Amino acid sequence: MLRMRTPIRLIVASFVVFGLVATACSDESDTTPATGSAIAGAVVVFAASSLTEAFTEMADAFAADHPDVNLTFNFAGSGDLFTQISEGAPADVFVSADAANMTRLTDAALNAGAPVTIARNTFEIIVEPGNPQAITGLTDLVDPNLIVVLCADTVPCGKGAQQVLANAGITLTPKSLEDKVKGVVTKVTAGEADAGIVFVTDVNAAGNTAEGVQIPAAVNVISEYPAVITKDAPNPAAAQAFVEFVAGPAGQAILTTYGFLAP
Amino acid sequence: MLALAALAILFFALPLVGLLWRAPWSNAWGYLTDDNALTALRLSLICSLWATALSVLFGVPLAWVLARVSFPGRGAVRALCTLSMVLPPVVGGLALFFALGRRGLVGQWLYRWFDLQLPFTTAGVVVAQTFVAMPFLVITVEAALRQLDGRAEDASRTLGASRWYTFRRVTLPAIRPALAAGAVLAWARALGEFGATITFAGNFPGTTQTMPLAVYLARETNPEQAIVLALLLIAISFGVLVSLRDRWFGRGAAGRHSVLA
Repeated sequence: MLRMRTPIRLIVASFVVFGLVATACSDESDTTPATGSAIAGAVVVFAASSLTEAFTEMADAFAADHPDVNLTFNFAGSGDLFTQISEGAPADVFVSADAANMTRLTDAALNAGAPVTIARNTFEIIVEPGNPQAITGLTDLVDPNLIVVLCADTVPCGKGAQQVLANAGITLTPKSLEDKVKGVVTKVTAGEADAGIVFVTDVNAAGNTAEGVQIPAAVNVISEYPAVITKDAPNPAAAQAFVEFVAGPAGQAILTTYGFLAP
Repeated sequence: MLALAALAILFFALPLVGLLWRAPWSNAWGYLTDDNALTALRLSLICSLWATALSVLFGVPLAWVLARVSFPGRGAVRALCTLSMVLPPVVGGLALFFALGRRGLVGQWLYRWFDLQLPFTTAGVVVAQTFVAMPFLVITVEAALRQLDGRAEDASRTLGASRWYTFRRVTLPAIRPALAAGAVLAWARALGEFGATITFAGNFPGTTQTMPLAVYLARETNPEQAIVLALLLIAISFGVLVSLRDRWFGRGAAGRHSVLA
């Protein structure tokens, strides 16, 4: 109970402040257009690195709706972002690539309000263009002559890949456990590894330097991307606007083009 | 002056104090003797010593050529051979991919003829560490060679000694302190190497996961262990650098007094 009290109080406080600011703004700025006038200033979004491409595009669309908001991103691994926020980094919004790191944040009572799932992602086998090893599915990966690279289980893609392999009842020995999903992508696109297991969106982002082999839905894992406004958000109003934008139709349309699934 | 110097010292000391402050002293021994940590430490020591040996084997002749042989484009060659000191290590790792990887410029032939693939092997770790560490030895030894009075070498040559004999019996003893200092710097750099290793060689316990990689991976699941492992790395490097200062930089009794004073 004690844990819950502070965020709630802060939400209330921030709403009161927001209300005052909004009234003050609308009072003194009768000449400016009324829409969105209360939402302004800098807003900092800490987002999982797998969102880099989609969110960068999102920024332009968001700016069109909210010209007074100055949006900045910090893209890194979800765990790193959690560490930075818990050490006091000034984030307004935290978007994790899995539920686990969001739980760490909420357990530490660093959130204001409940997390909102903004997207989902599934896994694919990433292979070289043209699939030279003719890999058709997970069972092909056990071939000892094949060089398979996975993410370490410290990052969401590693946890997911282990779960996928467990679901399929497959045991394999990877040659490397990469510290981030792009490490797996690089090893495959550089031709050093024959295959890896990564998010569908990472295969898409690799463009024509890689190809994806689908993993059947029966054994695949769905990773959720929860977003939340942080407890100490310097600009909770704009943070709220951004989360709503991403969860709204315009944001969802952009996420879909990058291969994300609707929440 | 003194105030600025004190600030500089503080700047280097504070992060270390921060680590010591956060260190979980009661569990430290358990973290250090953990199987994973010991495996990473053993691999780190083996690889960094190999990298140092290779750096000496190839770096000393390179330093000698840069200091003693005059040829067009020497400045460019020196810059080329020390470039990896300033290159972001991850870029260095990628460059090694393109040169020595399975699809690399040279690596594709190694793979085709000898079935040799450096990435994901301990040898790959040694290559990555040597790539970033050797310049430290080269510039230290080259500087010593340049400061060396060439007349002793000339005398040796005019007395009929071969170039190799002169190098071995005259030049090498004279530059020994610099050689030792350069080797230790290279070793310390190899021991702390992270970016080129994880990019080029990957990360797998027992084959390519060195201490810095273990620290980096542990920082999420087990930050306490990461701090303890980092402190061990720092302790090793610090101890070696301190002994280096006293033994090899102070040349002769007078030199040592001035260092201590």
